[in-house]
Amino acid sequence: MVSKKSDKQTYPVQLVQPDGRRVLDREHAALVADTDGARLRQLYEDLVVTRRIDVEATALQRQGQLGLWPPLYGQEAAQVGSAHALHPDDYAFCSYRETAVAYCRGVPPEQLTALWRGVAHHCWDPNQVNMTNANIVVGSQGLHATGYAYAAHLDGADIATIAYFGDGATSEGDIAEALGFAASWSAPVVFFCQNNQWAISEPVAVQSTVPLVRRADGYGIPGVQVDGNDVLAVLAVTRRAVERARTGGGPTFIEALTYRMGPHTTADDPTRYRTAADTEYWEHRDPIERIRLLLDREGLLDPEFAQRVADTADDIARRLRTATVEMPDPDPASMFDHVYATDHPLMAEQAQQFSAHLAEGAQP
Amino acid sequence: MITTFAAALNTGLRRAMDDDTKVVLLGEDIGKLGGVFRVTDTLQKDFGDNRVIDTPLAESGIVGTAFGMALRGYRPVVEIQFDGFVYPAFDQIVSQVAKIHYRTGGKVTAPLTIRIPFGGGIGAVEHHSESPEVYFAHTAGLRVVAPSTPADAYSMIRQAISLDDPVVFFEPKRRYWDKADVDFEGEPDLPLHKARVCTHGTDATVLAYGGTVATALAAAKIAAEEGHSLEVIDLRSLSPIDVDTIAESVDKTGRLVIVHEAPVFAGLGAEIAARVTERCFYQLEAPVLRVGGYDIPYPPAKLEKHHLPDPDRILAAVDRCLAA
Repeated sequence: MVSKKSDKQTYPVQLVQPDGRRVLDREHAALVADTDGARLRQLYEDLVVTRRIDVEATALQRQGQLGLWPPLYGQEAAQVGSAHALHPDDYAFCSYRETAVAYCRGVPPEQLTALWRGVAHHCWDPNQVNMTNANIVVGSQGLHATGYAYAAHLDGADIATIAYFGDGATSEGDIAEALGFAASWSAPVVFFCQNNQWAISEPVAVQSTVPLVRRADGYGIPGVQVDGNDVLAVLAVTRRAVERARTGGGPTFIEALTYRMGPHTTADDPTRYRTAADTEYWEHRDPIERIRLLLDREGLLDPEFAQRVADTADDIARRLRTATVEMPDPDPASMFDHVYATDHPLMAEQAQQFSAHLAEGAQP
Repeated sequence: MITTFAAALNTGLRRAMDDDTKVVLLGEDIGKLGGVFRVTDTLQKDFGDNRVIDTPLAESGIVGTAFGMALRGYRPVVEIQFDGFVYPAFDQIVSQVAKIHYRTGGKVTAPLTIRIPFGGGIGAVEHHSESPEVYFAHTAGLRVVAPSTPADAYSMIRQAISLDDPVVFFEPKRRYWDKADVDFEGEPDLPLHKARVCTHGTDATVLAYGGTVATALAAAKIAAEEGHSLEVIDLRSLSPIDVDTIAESVDKTGRLVIVHEAPVFAGLGAEIAARVTERCFYQLEAPVLRVGGYDIPYPPAKLEKHHLPDPDRILAAVDRCLAA
């Protein structure tokens, strides 16, 4: 647990304090020197909108419109800040909670819920936004990102690949193997660990007795720990890592310290394993409030702007709700589609048997 | 050209790499050493270490990174050094590689070939003689094949690499040094998913794949001397299975013996027996019989000759069929 005594010294890289004051860190501030008023406002808007999406989806689950939802509430800055460091042709490999990353990559809000409603195993076309769909086997995507990054390097493409995963996933062998492969190949990949302190009910101390960022040391990979609730700091360190990847510098490991304010998924009950005091502590470090205070301090938060952002968020939430509720159940016969990319006699046989079964008027 | 099974595979890989610069090889010791069975011999010298990639010693890592490369348009061919080493990669193969096309609604393919030397008969130590094929045959999204001859090794590896679906490619390691004539210029004579009728016969059908095809053919030869005409089929594709070719043969002979060296319990033979029973119920003159490995971990090398199906055990099964 971090100390409550000093906000300023809590995190290794921080550019904005919880009360909205800037931190004097010339090295990292220089990485986001282009973040003028308009860009700050855009970051703020994305934070607000993605929280609104998350709240709406959580409500949709509670109302029976989604089977499950993994809330990102509290982690908006880690996701928005890192996603803003990426170019459109960079490629993001995600876990399953990266709703804000997907939104910032350009996934229309209407597409964010299909998997959780159970009408498909995916939400968007990965090729359209250079971002994979949800991957629920945690850690495996670290290897995929490493392979993709290495292939991009072979292509001569100056892009970066980023792998998002959580603190729990760092215990998986696949993350260890990914760090080993990435280091051995000097692959242009950024490992972005959102340490939200909890893997369902297990505190991060169950995964590791040392800060997760130190795992990079043994592989000879530079590691950086950042205040994950500080969108500017996350943007800064991710930009540096992405630039390093793009210019042949190899992999970087980022540990973004954040907090999952809600449950692991809507099927989880965090009151069984954590205290209200713990959550309250992090409420005071809210990533959106922090940038709101910064905007206010710097005279960028006029009522008109605040209202516009609120209206945008509500409008997107409405689109999400309407699209979700209207998603039709898939055609039963489509169950046999896309098991294979090429013709397969067993699929043809079973699809035909199933169609005949339905044609006889069978009801599930 | 007379060549060994291993050399035929090597030529197949070389041709695939010549034809398509996106074909890359990944595995342990496949570079300078050329693989422990020399299947990738000289390929790194000729194509460079960006296309024949010696990886860290981690099977999940090999398959997982190859999968990532496939997502960027490459066609990786992965070598798992031995059958018993594939289990750490099992999650990547069944959860990721096999399901990505389905999970993305057809938007993403994973054209990976996963080569696995499999089976016994070479006197190896533990974990080096296993037959894990049915784990993969049970998984939707994967194709599973096993050539039994140098000619098929050459044509099937090329077909597997060019296929847009992931293929688990089992190589019967005791056949690596078998020699035969291979036409390196011709086109494959069979699609990848078709079985081959190796010898025609009328009294019973013997179905085998991989390392046991040669054993079945030896049994058929002995049977012929004893006046029994056996039809031997090489299954070649373990998923999907070519039920048509098998059923056609059983309709003719009325009897089927399935041979594989994997343990019999819940093995591929059980699936084939069930399907043949459905298709050929009125043509069968006897129950479908299975000859396979015992349901034990692979035994020590000095005992493997008792574990592996041999012509005697195959002929005993044929006799039981014929007596029915």
